Amino acid sequence: MWGDGDRIGCLTVSPNPQPAVEVSGLVKRYGSKTAVDGLDLIAQPGAVLALLGPNGAGKTTTVEICEGFRSADDGTVRVLGLAPGDEALRPRIGVMPQGGGGYPGIRAEEMLNLVAACAANPLDPKWLIEVLGLGGAVRTPYKRLSGGQQQRLSLACALIGRPELVFLDEPTAGMDPQARRLVWDLVTALKHDGVSVLLTTHLMDEAETLADDVVIIDEGRVVAQGSPAELTANRPDDQQLRFRARPGLDLSLLSAALPEGLKVREAARGQYVVEGLIDPQVVSTVTSWCAQQGVLAEELTVAKRSLEDVFLDLTGRELRS
Amino acid sequence: MTTFPPGTFTPAPGRGSLGRMLFAHARTEAMLTLRNGEQVLLTVIIPLALLVALSVMSVIPMPEPRVGSATARIFALAIISSAFTGQAIALGFDRRYGVLKRLSASALPRWLLVAGRVCGALVVVALQIVLLAVTALVLGWRFPLAGLPWVVLLIVLGTLTFGALGVLLGGALRAEIVLALANIIWFVLLMVGGVALTVPVGFVHLLPSAALAQALETSVVHGTAPGAGPVAVLVAWGVAAGALATRTTRLT
Repeated sequence: MWGDGDRIGCLTVSPNPQPAVEVSGLVKRYGSKTAVDGLDLIAQPGAVLALLGPNGAGKTTTVEICEGFRSADDGTVRVLGLAPGDEALRPRIGVMPQGGGGYPGIRAEEMLNLVAACAANPLDPKWLIEVLGLGGAVRTPYKRLSGGQQQRLSLACALIGRPELVFLDEPTAGMDPQARRLVWDLVTALKHDGVSVLLTTHLMDEAETLADDVVIIDEGRVVAQGSPAELTANRPDDQQLRFRARPGLDLSLLSAALPEGLKVREAARGQYVVEGLIDPQVVSTVTSWCAQQGVLAEELTVAKRSLEDVFLDLTGRELRS
Repeated sequence: MTTFPPGTFTPAPGRGSLGRMLFAHARTEAMLTLRNGEQVLLTVIIPLALLVALSVMSVIPMPEPRVGSATARIFALAIISSAFTGQAIALGFDRRYGVLKRLSASALPRWLLVAGRVCGALVVVALQIVLLAVTALVLGWRFPLAGLPWVVLLIVLGTLTFGALGVLLGGALRAEIVLALANIIWFVLLMVGGVALTVPVGFVHLLPSAALAQALETSVVHGTAPGAGPVAVLVAWGVAAGALATRTTRLT
């Protein structure tokens, strides 16, 4: 039995267990464009690592190199201690490629049976089909499944062989909220059963909810890493007071009235943010300034920085072309 | 919230047996081909209709015995339909829908991915040939049994050669382009590639279609070994296409 206790015991005995995935100095170029630029990361065994980054940051390229679909131009990658292309590795990992994959004319259960036939101790395909809510589409060919259904079938294919490590590339893309919640529950169950998970996402709440470790990447480089708690709560003065009001208010008077070290800005249209050590005096200063301006501060909240703030601070607030 | 009993996903990895994987993959390939209406039209209905037409109507000149000659040529056509055109189109769309990547990510070894497709294609060709042969016998075909081993050998060789050509086409280009080209090439080979008619132009004999039709005619009609020339042409095309396809075939 591989309960949590055993695993923790194992970790204590051996302080440096073999990482599930170990990437160092990874470089991948497509022509003149450098998609991955000296990336390092370590995914711990039995933990969930989220690779978080905007579109085009190099997440999929990194994962596909780990899966053995692409070759690296430089750097080293070890997956469960083996080179990514090693034939001995593939039965041990489960892969959910971005956008899924299946014969256009095949039915969900036939596809899952085929993948199950490749495994020594597969899960029950019928059960997994039901769990993933595909029981209502048993006669539908793959090409007529919705994007979310194709994604769920792909997830089933990744899990059917009882792998030690699963790669999930944007696992909830194109899914409705119920299906997303189900995928989160599945990932949580995988972790509890000792499966290592490496997933990519650009959804902050997904990373914050699921991940033990988050690696934020941008333009092929790691810009921050740590647990969600470490990334969001680093300093006591790293707090925010947010409120909504009429857009375009002149902030110079408020700025002058606030204590040293606090900054105020209009983060988005009509969305104001005061950053620094927020105490009751600061809240009072802000509300009285609002009263002077004759505006009502709506949705006034005090909070620590969210992962989204960390992410946007690191990767920029501008839309990329 | 969905909860799963502890231990549901406890790792127990391992590769399935090679025999079971090969069987499952080949069966899937054959089943999907036979379930696809357009594929059945191309691989079964059209060859069957042409066999009947060539045997009973004397519009197209055909050496005697007429039914025997027609049977040999339609065997060749059936192999080209299924192993080349059908395989190319299926591969083009399989790539579009990401199945090669999906299967490559499973424990299925790469060589088995090829072997499964080959076995699936051989199963479909065997069914086509049985159906066509029974029809030909009904139409009055007299098969010299001494030719059986040669016919079987040629069917396998033809399937491999045209299968390699089909993979070469379907593995490299976009699905829509594959669809158009595979059908056009099929039609051209049928009309002027030495399949329906013997074309008295030198270079046509160097086409795999003419070589297969000619070799099959020798063994199906006369029950003797095919000439070394047509067999050499088939092998050369197959080897060249296979070698090229291993470089050009992409998973997606």
